[in-house]
Amino acid sequence: MHIDRYEQIWIRISVAVLVVFMLGIIVAGWSMGIQVPGVYGRVDPNTVTEPGSPWAEPGVRELAPGKYEVYILAQIWTFAPSEIRVPAGSEVTFYVTSKDVQHGFRIQDTNLSFMVLPGQISKMTHRFEEPGEYVFVCHEYCGVGHHTMAGKLIVEEAVASNQ
Amino acid sequence: MSVQSIPQPAAGADVHSSEARFSLENKLTGWHIGVAMAALSIGITLGVMQGFEHLGIDLYKYTAPAFKTYYQGLTIHGVLNALVWTTFFIVGFFTTAITRSLDRPLKYPWINVLGFVLMFVGLLLAAYPLLANLATVLYTFYPPMQAHWTFYLGLTLVVVGSWVAGYGFYFTLHAWRKENPGKRTPFIALASTITMVMWQIATLGVAAEILTMLLPWSLGLIEGTDPLLARTYFWYFGHPLVYFWLLPAYVAWYGMVPKQAGGKMFSDSLARLVFWLFLLLSTPVGFHHQYTDPGIPQGWKFIHAILTYGVAFPSLLTAFTVAASLEIGGRARGGKGWFGWIRKLPWDNPSYTAQNLAMIIFAFGGISGITNASYNVNLAVHNTVWIPGHFHLTVGSATTLTFFGIAYWLVPKLTGKQLYKPKLALAQAWTWFFGMILFGNGFHLLGLHYGVPRRTMLGAAVYRDPAWTPFLLEVFVGVLFLTVSAILFYWVIIGTLSHKKRLEKPVEMPVAEAADPTPVPAWLDTWKPWLYGAIALIIIAYGPMLYTLISQMQLTSPGFRVW
Repeated sequence: MHIDRYEQIWIRISVAVLVVFMLGIIVAGWSMGIQVPGVYGRVDPNTVTEPGSPWAEPGVRELAPGKYEVYILAQIWTFAPSEIRVPAGSEVTFYVTSKDVQHGFRIQDTNLSFMVLPGQISKMTHRFEEPGEYVFVCHEYCGVGHHTMAGKLIVEEAVASNQ
Repeated sequence: MSVQSIPQPAAGADVHSSEARFSLENKLTGWHIGVAMAALSIGITLGVMQGFEHLGIDLYKYTAPAFKTYYQGLTIHGVLNALVWTTFFIVGFFTTAITRSLDRPLKYPWINVLGFVLMFVGLLLAAYPLLANLATVLYTFYPPMQAHWTFYLGLTLVVVGSWVAGYGFYFTLHAWRKENPGKRTPFIALASTITMVMWQIATLGVAAEILTMLLPWSLGLIEGTDPLLARTYFWYFGHPLVYFWLLPAYVAWYGMVPKQAGGKMFSDSLARLVFWLFLLLSTPVGFHHQYTDPGIPQGWKFIHAILTYGVAFPSLLTAFTVAASLEIGGRARGGKGWFGWIRKLPWDNPSYTAQNLAMIIFAFGGISGITNASYNVNLAVHNTVWIPGHFHLTVGSATTLTFFGIAYWLVPKLTGKQLYKPKLALAQAWTWFFGMILFGNGFHLLGLHYGVPRRTMLGAAVYRDPAWTPFLLEVFVGVLFLTVSAILFYWVIIGTLSHKKRLEKPVEMPVAEAADPTPVPAWLDTWKPWLYGAIALIIIAYGPMLYTLISQMQLTSPGFRVW
């Protein structure tokens, strides 16, 4: 098959660009740790709020100084809890699931963005350095009240505790 | 005139008799694109209402008995524009493209008539729950939101009808090959048929989703459903779906537009290779729509990211080959210098102009598409208005504006009438172009900078931010341009249908010839290796994960009606 000389150059450039992009996502994903969600676990959406389930009382738990986990339950059309407070500099792991339809979860100005499905647990970790208010929103259509489904995460100035 | 008219009658009579041979194909094409255009007119009207809503002007209280809420309107906008307008137009366009390219009527016309009837009945069946607000589930219909069963059955019939139309095309191509042993299949017929085969493979995903899960569940035959498995079936279908929208435009860009520009196909062989690569790579890439889903390992998502870069490659080839084909035309028309040939292209021809503008917009849509496909980069834009910004440049412009351009020769061809007021058609193409540039730019920026969620009643959102306003205004100005453009389109089409001026000579389908006369190699006219390769890649890229999801299926989610 005859391929024009200029087209051959173009083909080489195209392949090179795609290879560079591939290297870019590999470096970002596996050396800088910017990762998409993977597999964590499953849960029965019909019993997710019964005693014994971590979503029976969703909220923030301190694991160690500067290390938190947050269990969030998404349901039409609220997040429980809808207000979360953590000190600046803490590493927060989110465990989110839905008890009804599909929802989404995105904390603005961060890389935290994932789907929230009934029956599945979405897990993602983020370190909050900058104090301030971060709005989080549901980003998957979940019914007529979808645009009212939001909350805020407040990163408080770290208290100088050892003074 | 009188001198020229002497040799004309014989040639004219010949063309007329060839029109008579294709009278059923013409009718079938007309029915399909007629339904497509009717659906699009409603879909676009709802889109305009969404533009108003985003500025905080709620028009749904005035349209209440028909369209009650933003979300009902958005569902109908998506279903009609992305599924009905595209599928009906594509099947109609291919009915003409394949038969004229082969210069052979359909082998079994009744199959294609049956296909149309199935699609049309399906559309009517799905229209009922959509209009009755019983299926406000958006066009992705993610469970456990549960629509009325007629919605799922209607969509199934539309898809099955398009399969049946595809079978009609396969039989026709097969008959042509029998009648023309040793000849290479003409490019337009080959590329169109490859597109229909790709569609057949792709739609198996949505068929599995609806027939094994959603339809029995909505009828109450099974108690629950598994949302992640349903999403996976859907996106097995959902990405090749976008190539089903795009490839008919590529058929026109490669095989027809160069002729309209006075040029030739720069490389017939590469054009065919591009279509075979799409058959191979369109489907095993669906996890790039599920990067942020729980329950799917990162490794599989990464493999699909790489395969998605692979399917970007034929589009990059297209950019070069199509531009080079047009350059041949521009230079043949007297264009000089590096860029001088561009000015010499037939910018006074609305059909040409619409399609060339569609190509230009697609360059931007392709760039944001590669962004979406880029694994972790997707986190920045997932489910933000960046995504509708992206696909209004692709299906909303690359495809739709190309189809408008096709309509500007196809409708005169089918009706035997001159295009009504070509200047208005020209204005239509340019207003669509600028409208979508503004719309797309505003939505991309809102998504990237502010993370504004898509599919959301932004005018009433509790987290609405004043910083969004300038961009929403830009989007709104885009919507106004698009509104004008849509009015012009229907004005021209209805004008063409209703005036009485008949063409002296039927319009011929533009068919570009290859610049390089050496025959296409045989391996680019052979189905089996490509087809088997496509199936093998799907089994590798989807098999293990689908097996896991099916074997661990938990039908725990009951249906919800949340609108």
